[in-house]
Amino acid sequence: MSEGLWVTVNGIKVRVNVGTSVAAAVMMAGEPCRFSVNGEARAPLCGMGICMECRAMVNGVAHRRTCMLACAAGMEVVTG
Amino acid sequence: MSTRFDVVVVGAGPGGMAAATVAAEAGCRVCLLDDNPALGGQIWRGFRPEMARKYTHGNLFIDCVARLQRTGCEVWQGWQAIDQPGAGFLRLERDGASLDVGFGKLILATGARERFLPFPGWTLPGVMGAGGLQALVKGGLDSTGKRVVLAGSGPLLLAVGAGLVVAGARVLGIYEQAPLDRLVSFGFSLIGQPGKAMEGVRYRLKTIRTSYRCGSWVVRAEGRGRVERVTVTDGRKEWSVDCDWLGCGFNLVPNLELPRLLGCRICEGFVEVDRLQESSVAGVACVGELTGIGGVEKALAEGQIAGLAAAGREAEALALGPQQMRLQQFAQRLERAFALRPELRTLATGETVVCRCEDVVRSALEGCGSWREAKLHTRCGMGACQGRVCGAATEFLFGWQTWGARPPIFPAAVSTLAAGAEDSEVVAR
Repeated sequence: MSEGLWVTVNGIKVRVNVGTSVAAAVMMAGEPCRFSVNGEARAPLCGMGICMECRAMVNGVAHRRTCMLACAAGMEVVTG
Repeated sequence: MSTRFDVVVVGAGPGGMAAATVAAEAGCRVCLLDDNPALGGQIWRGFRPEMARKYTHGNLFIDCVARLQRTGCEVWQGWQAIDQPGAGFLRLERDGASLDVGFGKLILATGARERFLPFPGWTLPGVMGAGGLQALVKGGLDSTGKRVVLAGSGPLLLAVGAGLVVAGARVLGIYEQAPLDRLVSFGFSLIGQPGKAMEGVRYRLKTIRTSYRCGSWVVRAEGRGRVERVTVTDGRKEWSVDCDWLGCGFNLVPNLELPRLLGCRICEGFVEVDRLQESSVAGVACVGELTGIGGVEKALAEGQIAGLAAAGREAEALALGPQQMRLQQFAQRLERAFALRPELRTLATGETVVCRCEDVVRSALEGCGSWREAKLHTRCGMGACQGRVCGAATEFLFGWQTWGARPPIFPAAVSTLAAGAEDSEVVAR
């Protein structure tokens, strides 16, 4: 983990390797990505940008597919 | 403003890379675009040239990348094709910016996704596709010490199991729904393709401490807030396994949205193509998983055929026909060996969510006679994934035919949709 960087997920600081996807960082923070129309917690399913279950707000932009996005230092992710 | 190429290839997996390479080598101006940030598609996801030699197909990946990079082919990464706003060009989007790209010939190599089937608990966090879990681990998800169950169907399960063991996970069981006798005959049918058989053997050796059970399948997943336990059955008895993650996918289905949008004729779930890989739409070729789930070798052969044909070198393309035919037969044997058992249709109960985007449960769908009726009455398939997950599930559960694709084929910014055919902006790539 020499090349690590920090991101925050719902205020939780997570240290990840360079190249880690935001979806992986959200999972490692133990947070769900979104809540369904009936309020169920949902987390990544397909891992390849198809299912939309991993979408979350990244640096203020809503509905990013986090599995298609690499972590950058200081990135702020808000789920739900 | 738009940019124009002789040949545009959509999808930078093996098929797309092969097509772009041979077309560019033949002197065409080629653009290869993909929505992922790196070359390789799903099969070569996470391969970095400096470490790829340790992976299965690693050398092949390195050779394909090197050969592509020696050509003048432009590679556009991170771009999603969302629409065809007029004949001969596609509209692309990346990070909210849009761009139109024009083409003389178009080659689609959009690959495949997993088929997910609903069962009680499949929406719990920690339940993922088998390939989905692999993609997340390749994307940096720490799997050290995690207890993992893999279930569903297809050769992918074993490959994922091997990858997870190497990544430090504890793979507690691999449950393949296909019966042993069918897999044994499939194994014998590989005698003519020792490379494929050896690949399977290598994956099995890596997962040798894990039980691999044919004729067994997941019944339900349970847990508070996330998956904690999975129940599986062999059709006679049920048993439960405590786990942190369940990776579950039932074979692969092609990503048909773009060929459908362009009007390519689909036959029995795959794009219909001629001997030069051309679809029913003149100038649009389809290769790889779009024409039958057959893996890397088939995609490479079909990509080369389409790339050569796009460059006008039809004789060379046709010379690859016999090889392509053998690989297409392999795809058909694969489909028969891993055909889904009817018991899987009964896993979802009335309360089980089928459409995850709109939370449509099975009982709401029972009264519907078709995919259209389900969409109209329940919003099944009308959410953010546009039916990519529940479409393949309802095809299997109810025998419905999904059809059509409306622009945008992926959620896109209003500014992208509103851009005129000539005024969408070129952004710095």
